[in-house]
Formats: sequence, C-alpha cells, structure tokens
Amino acid sequence: MVNVNLTVNGKPVKAVVEGRTLLVQLLRETLGLTGTHVGCDTSQCGACTVHVNGKSVKSCTMLAAQADGATVLTIEGLAANGKLHPMQQAFHDHHGLQCGFCTPGMVMSALELAQHNASPSETEVREWLEGNLCRCTGYHNIVKSIRAGAAAMKAGA
Amino acid sequence: MNVQVNPTGIGASVKRSEDARFLTGKGRYTDDINLPRQTYAFILRSPHAHARIKNIDTAAAQQADGVVAVFTSADTAKLGGLPCGWLIHSKDGKPMNEPKHPVLAEGKVRHVGDPVAVIIAETLADARDAAELIDVDYEELPAVINMDAAQTGKTALHEVAPNNLCYDWELGDKAAVDAAFAKAAHVTKLELTNNRLVANPLEPRSAIGDFNAATGEHTLYTTSQNPHVIRLLMGAFVLALPEHKLRVVAPDVGGGFGSKIYHYAEEAIVTWASAQIGRPVKWTADRSESFVSDAQGRDHKTTVELALDKDGKFLALREHTLANMGAYLSTFSTAIPTWLHGTLLAGQYTTPAIYVNVKAIFTSTVAVDAYRGAGRPEATYLLERVIDKAAKETGRDPVELRRLNFIQPHQFPYQTPVALVYDTGNYQASMDQALKAADYAGFAKRRDEAKKRGRLRGIGVCAYIEACGIAPSNVAGALGARAGLYEAATIRVNPTGSVQVFTGSHSHGQGHETTFAQIVSDKLGIPIGNVDIVHGDTNKIPFGMGTYGSRSLAVGGSAIAKAMDKIIAKGKKIAAHMLEAAEGDMTFENGAFKVAGTDRQKTFGEIAFSAYVPHNYPLETVEPGLEETAFYDPKNFTFPAGTYVAEVEIDPDTGVLDIISFHASDDFGNIINPMIVEAQVHGGLAQGIGQALFEHCVYDEKSGQLVSGSFMDYCMPRADNLPSFSVAHTITPCTHNPLGVKGCGEAGAIGSPPAIINAIVNALSDYGVTHIEMPATPQRIWRAMQSVKAKKH
Repeated sequence: MVNVNLTVNGKPVKAVVEGRTLLVQLLRETLGLTGTHVGCDTSQCGACTVHVNGKSVKSCTMLAAQADGATVLTIEGLAANGKLHPMQQAFHDHHGLQCGFCTPGMVMSALELAQHNASPSETEVREWLEGNLCRCTGYHNIVKSIRAGAAAMKAGA
Repeated sequence: MNVQVNPTGIGASVKRSEDARFLTGKGRYTDDINLPRQTYAFILRSPHAHARIKNIDTAAAQQADGVVAVFTSADTAKLGGLPCGWLIHSKDGKPMNEPKHPVLAEGKVRHVGDPVAVIIAETLADARDAAELIDVDYEELPAVINMDAAQTGKTALHEVAPNNLCYDWELGDKAAVDAAFAKAAHVTKLELTNNRLVANPLEPRSAIGDFNAATGEHTLYTTSQNPHVIRLLMGAFVLALPEHKLRVVAPDVGGGFGSKIYHYAEEAIVTWASAQIGRPVKWTADRSESFVSDAQGRDHKTTVELALDKDGKFLALREHTLANMGAYLSTFSTAIPTWLHGTLLAGQYTTPAIYVNVKAIFTSTVAVDAYRGAGRPEATYLLERVIDKAAKETGRDPVELRRLNFIQPHQFPYQTPVALVYDTGNYQASMDQALKAADYAGFAKRRDEAKKRGRLRGIGVCAYIEACGIAPSNVAGALGARAGLYEAATIRVNPTGSVQVFTGSHSHGQGHETTFAQIVSDKLGIPIGNVDIVHGDTNKIPFGMGTYGSRSLAVGGSAIAKAMDKIIAKGKKIAAHMLEAAEGDMTFENGAFKVAGTDRQKTFGEIAFSAYVPHNYPLETVEPGLEETAFYDPKNFTFPAGTYVAEVEIDPDTGVLDIISFHASDDFGNIINPMIVEAQVHGGLAQGIGQALFEHCVYDEKSGQLVSGSFMDYCMPRADNLPSFSVAHTITPCTHNPLGVKGCGEAGAIGSPPAIINAIVNALSDYGVTHIEMPATPQRIWRAMQSVKAKKH
C-alpha cells in the first residue's frame, strides 16, 4: 500500500492506496468524484481527462502514487460559487453535450487548449481534440463551444 | 409552422436543463452508484469463437482472497434463456430457428466473449485475480465466420439451426418483379456489403443487482434505453420474478444508439447473484469487454437489381441478402433485416414492384441487433447506391433520375408495394433545399478547379426515407412482435401548480428533460421551470417501452400530449363549477380556463389548488386531485425523409479523402426544439460517415478472433476526421399524431453513408470505378483506383 498526499479541487487529500491504483480510481472510488469517467481501457477516449499541475492528463494512464504531491483539478472543481466556468457555460450555450459522458473530459481538455491558445481556429480545436472521443455530437457543437469558451475566457481574463 | 408565442414552448431552442448536472460532474450514471456491502462481479469469457466446454474447475477460484462466490452454468442452467422479442416466419411458413441464449454458456461457447463463469468478490481486483484460477477445459471447434461458408452445413453452431440458418424470409410480389425485369429496358445490378459496426456509446454497460431479503424486492440499476422492457423480459422469461418485486432503474445513461435496448446476460446475472449471496453485486464492462459483449450492428451481404424502362422510370427492385445474426438472437435482432429493412425498399420512389429475400445466418460472432437506424440504413444504402449506378449506366444525372421517380406530394397517403403507407412528405422540396445549399449546379466548376490542383473531387446525393415512431401495436403484433409498442405518460399536477411528467421514454443524451418540458410549458401555459420530466425508473413510471427507433417524441411525446388533454378536460369541469358556467363554454388557453366570450377565468394554478383543496368543487361528479395517465399507441409509423449532399476531395496518390462539405435537408415534421434536433442530425451524420469511411468490426475468418476489439483497432470518428455540417429542414407535419412530429434521431446515420460513397464513386468516375465497399479507407480507395488502372493496361 502507498500513502499519497495531494490537493484535489483546492482541498488537501490523504489516501492509502494499492500500488496498482490508477489516479482515476482514486478520484472515483476513494474520493467519490464520479464526474471523471472511464470510457475505455486503452487511453483513447479521454473521458477521464483531469488537470494535474495545470496540464490536462488522462487519469487512467497515471498511477495514483504518481500524483503524490500534485495539484489535481477535476470537473467538480471548476464552477465557483455556483457559477459555471466560462468553458462550462459555453458548452451549455452551444449545446456542446448530449449524453454528458465525454463532457467532463472534453471540458478539461478544452481548458488547457484555451490556456495555450486564446483564439483557436476550428482546425486547431479539431486537432487538439484528437485524444477525446464523443459518440453523440459529431463534434460540431463541441468545436463551437470550445471556441466560444476560449473567447469568453479571454474576455474575462 | 409553429407560431412561437411562448419562449420556452414548442419551436424554441431552449437550452437544456439537464446540462447543469453533466457539466459539473453531478451526473449519476450506473457505475457512479455504490451500495453498502457491495460486491464486484467479473465475468470470465470465452477466448475461443467456438468450442465445447469439457470441464470447468472453479475450486481454486472459490478459495481465492476476497472471493464471495463463483457461478457457472451448473448454477444458472435452470434459469430461462435471454428471450428474442420478434418471431419471424420463413417463406415456407415455418417459424425461425430459435436456439436458447443462456446467461452463462451451457456446454458450448459460440463466440469470443461468450460468458462462461462469474466471479463475485470483495473488490474487482480480487474477482479478476480469481478468474485467472478458473480452469476451463475447451475442445476447440471450427469457427463459423463467413456467411456463405456457414450455410454449407459442415459446422453447426446450434443443433436447432441446420446450416446455421435462422430464417429464410421474403416480402413482395416475386412474380410481378420477375415479369417487370423480363421487360426492362435496362437492369442495373450491384453487389455490396453493409459493414459490421460497433455502437460504442462512450459509457460502457454497467449493472448492479440489489436484493432485499426483508421485502423480497429485487432492484437492478442498469445502462438501459428501456427499463420496463428489461423488467418484463428478465422478470418473465429469465428469472421468473413478478413485476411488483422487481424494480429496474436506468439512471443517467451515457449514450445507447441501440446497443442498450437489449436485455443482456449481465443484467440477469447480477440480479440473480445478489439474491444468492445476499449482497449487492456490481458489474461494469471495460471497453474490451464491450467490444465482445455489446450487440453489434448491420453486417449484410447483398445483391440488388433495379429494372428501369427506356425513360428511366423504375419498374422493379429485387434484393437478396444474407444477414448476420451472430451467435445468438439478441432482443430485436430478427426484426431488423426483415420488417425494418424490407419495408423501406420503396424509398422515396414509385417503384411498383419490389421483392426481397433475406436469409439470417448464425455465425460465431457477437450477436447483431439494431444500431442507430436499424435496417433502414441497410435499405437506404443499397437503394441509393444502385440508383446512382443506374444513372451512370444509363447516362442520366443521378438527381434527375431520382426526381423522375419521386412520389409526388399529391400522391399521399401513398401505399408502397412493401406494406407501408407513407402519410405525407415532399421529396422535391428537400432535394431542392439540399442542392441549393450545396450549390450542386456549381459543382462542375469546383471539380475542374480541383483537377488543376491534382485532386479528384466528387459529389454524392442520397434521398432517404425511414419508418420511425415505432409502432402500431396491432401491426407489429401481426408481423411477429412479442410486445406492444405504445408509450405511457403520467402528468401529476401538484397542489401549487408545478407539474411532474412521468414518461416511459428514456433519455440517454436526447434531451427529453428539455423537449418534453417545452411541450408541457406550451400546452399548459406554465413556466418551463415548473415542469420536471421523470424517467428511467419502473417504480416511478406507470409503464414504458423506451427509446429507440426515433420514437420518443412521436410516441412518448404523444402520450404526454394525450395525458395533458385529460388534465385540461378535468380542469374545465373544475373551472366551470368555480365560475358557475357550463362546462361546454369553457376554453383553455395561455394557462387560463375561461368562460368563452367573457373575461371570467381561473388560472391553471388556481384549478390545481382547488383540485387538492376541494372546498368549492364539483365533488358529486369530479374526483379531487389532478393527475392523469395516458397510453398512446401510434396509428401508423412516421416517415422522416430528406436529401443529403456530400462533396469530397481525394488525393489520387494516397487515396486520402477530405470531406469538403456536407449538407443535410431533413423533413422531421414539426420541430419542438431546433437546437436539439440539429444536434441529433450532427451526431447521426458522424456515425454514418464513420460507417462510410472509418468503422469496421472485423473477425478473423479462421480463428474467429475479433481483430478490431479496442479503440486502437476500431476507428471511431474523431473531431479532425469530420467537417462542420450544414443542416436545414423542410416541414410536412405528420398527419396522425397530436404533435405532427416524425422523429429525428436516426436520419443522419441513415442518409449519410450512401451520400459519401456516391461522392467517392463520382470522384473516381474517370478511373472507371463503379463501386467501393465501406469503410472506404484511403487504402481501399487507392486500391480501387489501381485495380481499374491495372485492368486498362
């Protein structure tokens, strides 16, 4: 068993996990943060994307033990004081989600893009999303949402 | 058109109320649920496509750390098999061959992934580890993969199905078709396959069984599109549990696309096992497991012939198809290649004679059942491909050939030669709209410009029709359905005027919580925030047949409309009493009951309150309370139709293809929420384009192993594979349901594959390519070009 200490959504977390425990298992099963989803077993779908030390990471590809000392942000930590983050709001405004299962991963991935590139083109957004699968939307409205969300983040910065 | 008076009413693009929970991580999918004292199930599956099970030794696994129980067919053989919901009769009148579909393999395994044993343990890791200790002694048997070879009788998967035949079905007037072909001026023949697909909703299937010994109640949480159907099938046929002791909950479900309609073995296993061990049992598929256990889609091998007269009028259509059933009959599998396919072969055209013969074949592969579109994409693909080929062969423009044969607006209702009666439509209108948006007239110029850049540009058209809103129960019953296909709704008006709608439809991405609330807001004239849509729980909902076949709005929405009519009728009685007016003088509009021609009125909220505080109330004739239930059984199918136009460019050196544009024009009848409808089309298009260009579920013909068993091998469409779509609509309201709606969920997946393939064949026409199989990968496109090049030299 391994002791891990990390910060999740701004709060300190202590846990004792098996060595083989994945970060996503720590989040979902130990911490009950079930907004982060598991959609595959080959690190293809991106539904489990969270931020680790400010970078988007597929939490199924990382051991919980590797996150010792890290700062983790999940979809549950995004809205502040009951107000959606501009990227979440953009997904709502542009109907960027249907079943909602890929959505947390999409939003977390989009956030990192917007941090690098405040005004991504359609092509840039589509290429950025190569690690995130959606089966519902055909990506059309996700692309719209991310561009709008990035613009809103820029305007609010 | 709808007149938009209510900003949250019918016709408004109301933002979705369900988004808030999904965007903040507060969705509650099955795997998010954890129960006290929960155990975890791992299912040991067959590594072989076909083998006899000589022995299963579970002794070591039983003793392993954390293991609570291990079950095999020795324990479950007494349970019923997973039932098939649709009986098909062969053309000789005999019922289909219907082998038992055991929950755990009995004596034989028949596909890779067939469940053999279940291990239940304190943790999933314990269960997995223990599974490795189970020793299954298999005697391998030949795999049955190729459908032609399957019919030779060398290897039979099931004793009850000689030559691996499930049924040999036909529809249509064969003699009339043969006569028409005999006098045809031209016959176009095409052989094609409709590639096997995996639905792959992003949420893998999951199920939790929870038995309460004190009450005798079994609860199943499951990733289902139709919890009542699961309760009925599992309770009545597999586990022999009465409905009142069996609760099925389908909470938030992460996409379905057909694959979550069916009753699966794992649902029965966790429900049954929970009662055996007295603790909750949870099972969640990993993606590899989904690939070998979720019902798959399509997989037809078809020969189609179209007979034309000298003017290009269609005289007759003839089709022979082999349809792959997989190893067992999934819930609705048998209906898909027959009644959901053969009946659509008239398409949008006046073809007077049609004959179709479908042989359904068992193979040692995962069961095949409905996948978005279900039978209708297969019909549309072969029809729209053979029409394009006929146009090429007879020197006609493919659009003009279609227009020449369209059913005209004045011909509705239109009886096709394959059983259906189309109620309404306007096919020229959608063709006009799509061609205009795509600038079809300007294509030649764009093609020439592309040629200068060394690129091959092609344009493809598809005019599709589908039969949705399934289904009139008496018609379905006459055709072999073992269930009714109505929908139920209860409207509960609370004392202070808020409304809960309990619907038998199930939303797994479609946005019912918004769309249905709009209908209620519109009809009852109340704020949308006062309306809640409740679905997915058999203990809350009166009954339900669920969501598939683009039926939620046309059937489920109509049930809601019908229940509201009852609410309004009762409200009028109450209001008439309170206003001392005659019931016949009461009107209801904009949320108020009025005495016609006066300004005397009672608001909806006042009537609701009075119904629960009945002091000034017609108690002699009207019961207190304001809650009504309606069941709506559709009078006919609905017939969404439209035209799709795809334009592509191909790099002749590599075969790599770009979709330059994709224009859709759909007629879904009246539209409640345009934003949601457009997005349904987007999603359908992506899946259809996925079928046309990327997706292929492949089994090794010799070993029967699934070659494309992960997201690394099965090519799901990604954001950078697709363009943005142009989506528009025309409207001919459905004539036989109260909302005038037709359904929009499947159209995109039905109409897009032929549009894409027609565009590719068009782009390659200079090379003499007349057909290309799906998925049209760069390699296939390049090879098609080389093979014809080679033939020329």
